[in-house]
Amino acid sequence: MADQLPALIPVPLLVLSILAPMVGLWRQKLAFWLAIATIAFSTAMSGWALAHVIAHGPMTYKFGGWEPPIGIEYVVDHVAAFVSLIVMAVALAVVVATRRMAEQEMQGRQGLYYSLVLLLLGGLTGMVVTADLFNLFVFLEISSLAGYALVFLGGRKGMLAAYRYLILGTLGGAFYLLGVAFLYFGTGTLNMADTLAILSASEATTAISAGAVFIFIGLGLKMALVPLHLWLPDAYTFSPSSVNTLIAPIMTKVGAYAMLRMFLSVFPDGYLVDEVPIGQALVVLGAIGVVFGAAAAFRQQDIRRLLAYSSVSQLAFIAIGIGLATPAGFVAALLHIMNHALMKGTLFLAVMAVRMQTGATEVPALTGLGRRLPITTAAFTVGAIAMVGIPPTAGFFSKWYLSIAALEQDLWVILAVVLISSLLSAAYLFRVLERAYLVHSPADMDGTNDELEGEARRSRIPLLSTTWEPKIDVLLPLVLLAASTILLGVFNVAVVRHVLEPGT
Amino acid sequence: MEEVAARFPYFMIAILLGVGVWGMVGKRSLVKKLIGLNVLQSAIILFFINGSIREGGTVPILFHGEHGNAEDFVNPLPHVLMLTAIVVAVAVTAVALAFLTRIYREFGTVDEAEILSEMERQT
Repeated sequence: MADQLPALIPVPLLVLSILAPMVGLWRQKLAFWLAIATIAFSTAMSGWALAHVIAHGPMTYKFGGWEPPIGIEYVVDHVAAFVSLIVMAVALAVVVATRRMAEQEMQGRQGLYYSLVLLLLGGLTGMVVTADLFNLFVFLEISSLAGYALVFLGGRKGMLAAYRYLILGTLGGAFYLLGVAFLYFGTGTLNMADTLAILSASEATTAISAGAVFIFIGLGLKMALVPLHLWLPDAYTFSPSSVNTLIAPIMTKVGAYAMLRMFLSVFPDGYLVDEVPIGQALVVLGAIGVVFGAAAAFRQQDIRRLLAYSSVSQLAFIAIGIGLATPAGFVAALLHIMNHALMKGTLFLAVMAVRMQTGATEVPALTGLGRRLPITTAAFTVGAIAMVGIPPTAGFFSKWYLSIAALEQDLWVILAVVLISSLLSAAYLFRVLERAYLVHSPADMDGTNDELEGEARRSRIPLLSTTWEPKIDVLLPLVLLAASTILLGVFNVAVVRHVLEPGT
Repeated sequence: MEEVAARFPYFMIAILLGVGVWGMVGKRSLVKKLIGLNVLQSAIILFFINGSIREGGTVPILFHGEHGNAEDFVNPLPHVLMLTAIVVAVAVTAVALAFLTRIYREFGTVDEAEILSEMERQT
């Protein structure tokens, strides 16, 4: 059975995404259990694949028994198993936690909703395990289409956001396909390993370099790398809470993973730095994006929009790690893919819990939250501390590895960027925490701070002095995610030594 | 002139790509953005198909017992890929059109600027 593992990760998700709406027509609630069982199965398969890869090395699966490069090949190596496990585990926690929110928001269309969720995850894991350039395009479009439809569910504003996302996302897919055309006509193959072998043996040509540029523009749009991030803030802000909690931690990460794949197993070592300056471009755009995203986040009032711009900033970090094009840079990028998925999962889930309990989404409305929702606010705080990069949370270590990788190449400016962004992150996240902990809620105001109290009254939050935590099905995943950002920070050396270093 | 004639398909594809991107980015109407997207996708499909052509090549079908020289046949792989790409393009267009009908029903227009001002007015 172990040799079937690469296919067992995405295929059940895709098959069940067709079954889920039919089951949903029959019994609404059953659609959720079907979805959660499938996601749990794929998560277990990803975990098993990771254990198998660590013990026995990478495994391949030939679709339909056709030998590559003729047939499509799936490859699960250290990196693929790692990213697949991260994506599925975070998705599992989020789907469990957003069950009741989805019931509220989807109103009798849960069957279709869970069908889209499974399709999204099937597309994302498919992108992770495939070793075929065209197959990657197909999975990219599958996951994107599911993403557009999910964002569209967010009411009036979500509609236009989803339409813009569709236009820009498909533009990205089209550019990727154009790049693949150049690569295919230059090498005559679509298999990644085969492409790598042919490109290593031949001289660089203009056509291949042009293809690489198109591929990276396309993937840059998908991973929302500055200046191609324009679709992201609206899509995160105006989509339903159950949707943005799911897509924010995982979707753009897989775009980043696809970029990393290009460096690791499509283009020969150093090609994307020496022959065509894509690595340098990623570092420069990443450095700009880190600062720009953090600065833009600082100005936001809506907390979901604040977190969306913070995603732009954190994704730019991953881009810097990839762009350095050294094993140390790749390790930093992968570690940050994991950390950011966990941190953003924690933060968005906490925001969803707050919205579920109080209806609040604006920063001023969070006044006194630390007293009314202590556990949720504590989880948010852990996520925020990790985002700033304070040890021993996971966020610190990926910034640490990135700084070391940058210093290997004497890029002191990256160190400055890391520091500036940590300060800016601290500024915008602590602005939220100050509201939550230090400003008193209207219930226990004593009239000593008129300005803040007036603002809190205007935001019309319910006057409650008792705690008002969400139920255990939301709290448990939230606490687990928050705890994992600390645990994986403490045990990051194990992750790096056993998984990331052999893989890069 | 002959230079241009030999590269004629590439010029056409480049023009189509430009038209498509311009339609997607430059047009205010959401429908025209979608049309631009379709033009762009067609340009890429034509690029693949154009690359599969071989001078004097024929249909890539071999009967039992026949052995052919790869040089005599049109490359079938890009055609297969483009079948899939067309399916993807159709799916994207269908989803976009479904979005558009809902947007039109909600706002009474498909003009991006008018929708934005409508949303401003609402809030």
